[in-house]
Amino acid sequence: MARIAGVDLPSNKRVEVALTYIFGIGRSRAKEIIEESGVDPDTRVHKMTDEEIARLRGIIEKNYKIEGELRTETSMNIKRLIDIGSYRGLRHRKGLPVRGQRTRTNARTRKGKKKTVAGKKK
Amino acid sequence: MSRSIKKGPYIDKKLYKKVIELNNKNDKKIIKTWSRRSTIFPEMVGHTFNVYNGKKFFPVFVTENMVGHKLGEFSPTRIYKGHAGSERSSKVR
Repeated sequence: MARIAGVDLPSNKRVEVALTYIFGIGRSRAKEIIEESGVDPDTRVHKMTDEEIARLRGIIEKNYKIEGELRTETSMNIKRLIDIGSYRGLRHRKGLPVRGQRTRTNARTRKGKKKTVAGKKK
Repeated sequence: MSRSIKKGPYIDKKLYKKVIELNNKNDKKIIKTWSRRSTIFPEMVGHTFNVYNGKKFFPVFVTENMVGHKLGEFSPTRIYKGHAGSERSSKVR
């Protein structure tokens, strides 16, 4: 079991996919990292040598902002918007979509589960 | 789509001129403006703008964090106090 960037324990998946279990690394970054390290993207994580894992870890730690650090950055960005009292901050505060989407219907991702309001009877 | 970098940030020239004049005189006067579309420049930090929101002029004190945003972002155009009889309306603000 490999441990990269703290708590992440990717399983017996291909490295390329396993790396995406780290917050801040998706498929394209995973590909970049693997290319730089020269590891075969098809090897399963449990079959990798310690040396290979160490190499991956080195590349990730050097070049990318991931996990906690990345989460703090995003939340700081949101906090900034809220603190300066901008429209976007207001939308974050209210838990509504920020980028001008409609809210008459949909927008369920931001608004959460549907809260039914008693309608007027005909 | 975001604005081309080649053009640089947009600001109404008249407004910019007013800010520069005030800066030269080391003066702090409230600037009344309709130009919600203008980008906030570093030169504008510390000034107060009265930004029109379609009904009245909303005072906006510019701080350093606001640089790069537009003036209109700080002058809300819609008032929504929640629906009648719903409790959570007053809580959210």
